[in-house]
Amino acid sequence: MARTGFSITRLPGFGAIAIATFLMLYIPILTLVVFSFNAQASMSQWGGFSLQWYEAAYNNRQVRDVSIRSLWLAVVASGIATAVATLAALGTTRTSRFPGQTMIYALINQPLMVPEIVTGVALLIFFAAIKVQTGYTGMGYLVAAHTAFCIPFAYLPIKARLETMDLTLERAAADLYATSFQAFRHITLPLLMPGILAGFMLGFVISLDTVVITEFVKSAGQDTLPTYMLGQLRRQVTPEMNAIATLFLLLSLCAVTVFFLLSRKRA
Amino acid sequence: MPDASAPPAGNDATAHSVSSPEGEIEIGRLSKVFGAGATAFRALDGVSLAIRRGEFFTLLGPSGCGKTTLLRLIAGFEQPSSGTLRIGGQEVAGLGPNRRPVNTVFQNYALFPHMSVADNIGFGLRMLGRRRAEVQSATAEMLRLVRMEELADRRPGEISGGQQQRVALARALAPRPRVLLLDEPLSALDLKLRKEMQSELKRLQAETGITFVFVTHDQEEALTMSDRIAVMNAGRILQTGSPEEIYNHPADRFVADFIGDTNFLEVELLEVAAAGARIRLPGGAALPANLPAGPAPAAGSCVTVVIRPEHARLADADGALAGTVERSVFFGTDTHVHLRLDDGSSFTLRRQNSAAAGPAPDPGSRVGIALAEGALQLLRN
Amino acid sequence: MAVRDLSPAGPAVRDEPVPPAAVADRHGWKWLLCAPALTILVFAASGPLLIVLVYSFLTPAGFGGVVWEFSTEAWFRVFLARDIFEPELLGPNRAHLAIFWRSVSLAFQTALICAVLGFPTAWFIATRPQRSRAVWLFLITIPFWTNLLIRTFAIQEVIRNQGLINTILLKAGAIEAPIQMLYTDFAILVGMAYVFLPLMVLPLYAAMDKLDIRLLEAGYDLYASRWRVLRHIVLPLVKPGFIAGSILVFIPAIGAYVTPRVLGGGRNMMLGNLIELQFGQGRNWPLGAALAMTLLIIVVATLVVYMRYVGRQEEGRRDG
Repeated sequence: MARTGFSITRLPGFGAIAIATFLMLYIPILTLVVFSFNAQASMSQWGGFSLQWYEAAYNNRQVRDVSIRSLWLAVVASGIATAVATLAALGTTRTSRFPGQTMIYALINQPLMVPEIVTGVALLIFFAAIKVQTGYTGMGYLVAAHTAFCIPFAYLPIKARLETMDLTLERAAADLYATSFQAFRHITLPLLMPGILAGFMLGFVISLDTVVITEFVKSAGQDTLPTYMLGQLRRQVTPEMNAIATLFLLLSLCAVTVFFLLSRKRA
Repeated sequence: MPDASAPPAGNDATAHSVSSPEGEIEIGRLSKVFGAGATAFRALDGVSLAIRRGEFFTLLGPSGCGKTTLLRLIAGFEQPSSGTLRIGGQEVAGLGPNRRPVNTVFQNYALFPHMSVADNIGFGLRMLGRRRAEVQSATAEMLRLVRMEELADRRPGEISGGQQQRVALARALAPRPRVLLLDEPLSALDLKLRKEMQSELKRLQAETGITFVFVTHDQEEALTMSDRIAVMNAGRILQTGSPEEIYNHPADRFVADFIGDTNFLEVELLEVAAAGARIRLPGGAALPANLPAGPAPAAGSCVTVVIRPEHARLADADGALAGTVERSVFFGTDTHVHLRLDDGSSFTLRRQNSAAAGPAPDPGSRVGIALAEGALQLLRN
Repeated sequence: MAVRDLSPAGPAVRDEPVPPAAVADRHGWKWLLCAPALTILVFAASGPLLIVLVYSFLTPAGFGGVVWEFSTEAWFRVFLARDIFEPELLGPNRAHLAIFWRSVSLAFQTALICAVLGFPTAWFIATRPQRSRAVWLFLITIPFWTNLLIRTFAIQEVIRNQGLINTILLKAGAIEAPIQMLYTDFAILVGMAYVFLPLMVLPLYAAMDKLDIRLLEAGYDLYASRWRVLRHIVLPLVKPGFIAGSILVFIPAIGAYVTPRVLGGGRNMMLGNLIELQFGQGRNWPLGAALAMTLLIIVVATLVVYMRYVGRQEEGRRDG
């Protein structure tokens, strides 16, 4: 008789497969990070530690341009998306059902369901027509496309937060002589804030991640970091790409961690 | 802040003189219907009530009887479907909760989790646009009143349930409302803490002189704490009165059954007079009985009387009633004796356990039952 | 990757009474609050889809764009091809059918691989102690939220001819020449399984998290072996998680564009690449529009079937 008792939840081999899966998930990413510090221009032969590829990326004017454009776009698009998603969440959560509500949900969640390539094509056709009509070729198209794409992601955590929020708190505020606006300002908004920030972080990460839609919507000279990378991948890549990718991974990781901490925070 | 200059009536001394003499809260034929059409639910059905200034008034009833709906209508969280509602003589229909001189202690306390204890307590006064110094001194006074000075800077999540309860009380009392509404505030506390808070509530009411309207489904809580009780069922008030009246002279079968243990007997009504009635018990004995309020039933009809178990005692053979002992159940201070009367109905009486009382009767033994004077209470039909 | 969350049940709405301050205008205020979001969504997401539908019925202009002339040609050409010499003769469009088949089959295989790897992984996470569980869950989620292109790039670096795997195998002497993995269907499959795996693990974990351990105890108590507990108790109870996970993987996989482009090279196209081609070198916008609509129809049909399934499940739960 084995001394280790009988474990109810143990299933043979599952642990091994799980560990293998985790390794499989992380080895490619870790390899990418490790070789970004490679002194050689190889991505399989280790030639010693060096920061030269980071330096190269930093000195690459184009990389700097597209990085700044990506960040700017993510902040602006996610910011707008979070603002309008907050309003929409307030309008659709904790209220009695109303006619048209299903349609609103469908519209808000639509970017989650339609394949990105379809949205990309649709926007290409639509914006091409507008470009011809108005002659405007600025960043407005990318901002609009990214904002629309970020709305459902920003909406989810805000809605979730609102739904778990105790309705009696606002009643208590009203009972204590707060007007509707004061109750919103002093009770609803502060309690909703973690959800709003989480929504912003999520939108930010999503905008940074978006490549297909950007590829179809961008005009000349409007490359973002992902579309720039996509273009570069066709050629022979150097560890400079690893360095850029590593920096971006780090940025996403920070945003996701903040998101997780915020959404775990209890009311 | 628009409310600053015109606080809800009753937040300063002068407002009290405006109130009508009848009551702090006057409710006339108040109804509340939820939903519409076939699914409509009449939560409150033509309730009329007057609550006096400074009293501890309890709305008692089973869950779903409409007591919480009535409280929410007074608070202003719901608007009535019909009827009148006056607080301090002022009609409040259509006013939001923020414009009524009442405050609520919520069942789950509803403390603002992102504010300190002190900020919670001061919230109402801040919303009324009071000066910072005034808010601070009132908050300090309330903290002292509920003995929470030490924990003023804690968040609600960092204090115990009993402490949260005190903070909720202090927060609702801080603006000095005309009326404090309490929605089953003790139901989340364990027994010992509940007993403590019961006396705490009585003390706070005595010290502040504010009218308390208390909602509970716990009859014992209602009896021990209230000046007056309204017993509710199915959206109606069945009886209003002091705890003694409600307990000793229940007017209604539901009231008698809901509060305390009760024996019901079907009897013949012999005569009705102003002072009381005479009835004939199943055994043949004719006895006086108390009449319920309202129109009395006609003599000769069959009516129901109520006898509390402690108003009956075992007698030898010559009691007003006679029956057979079925079993006795020991309850510590007293013993419940379950009997089968000769006409087949069941009857319970309560014996105080003392050295003098002697042993409980054996099952199967025949006994007589003597009734205390005034023990018989006639019910409304 | 478009599908990140699909709540199986409809949005939960609590039928709380409307706060009195808001009663003034019954529903108008809700629409007003939603208006800004809806405007953006209609302008930059939903509205353009209708234009795609319109374009799929137009005639292509020679250099991209369209001529405003009604035509059903594009829809014919989704699955059919005209004979070069006799244009009246319609035959199956073998190239398109091959791409459709590859897309559906790769998406299906991706879901399968994700299920095989995801089930033990989700079980592993679900059976960790409460404290470390959050960490494992976080570890699964991180790759999911990091840039898809970067993850695809990482996979590319691993399976390249000069990549990690081939280098190790060569050094170990297991092979003499590098195995060509990049630019094959296999590469696409590995890449998609890699990027979409968390989408399988998360719903599976959610289903397992709800699983009552006492049911397993009851199973063992009644003499079931580990295998039979798994087969008769665990699997039936986490089946909704399996289905949700498969849908969540299948939908982005069938519409994948980046992964086949990077890992499949130019030749191993999937639907997404075929669509893109019509707007690039192909210069046949109506055909591209019709293909995009076809992809959308496949995705929506999958979702509808799934919603029906969820609906039946919930009905069963209510009745039971």
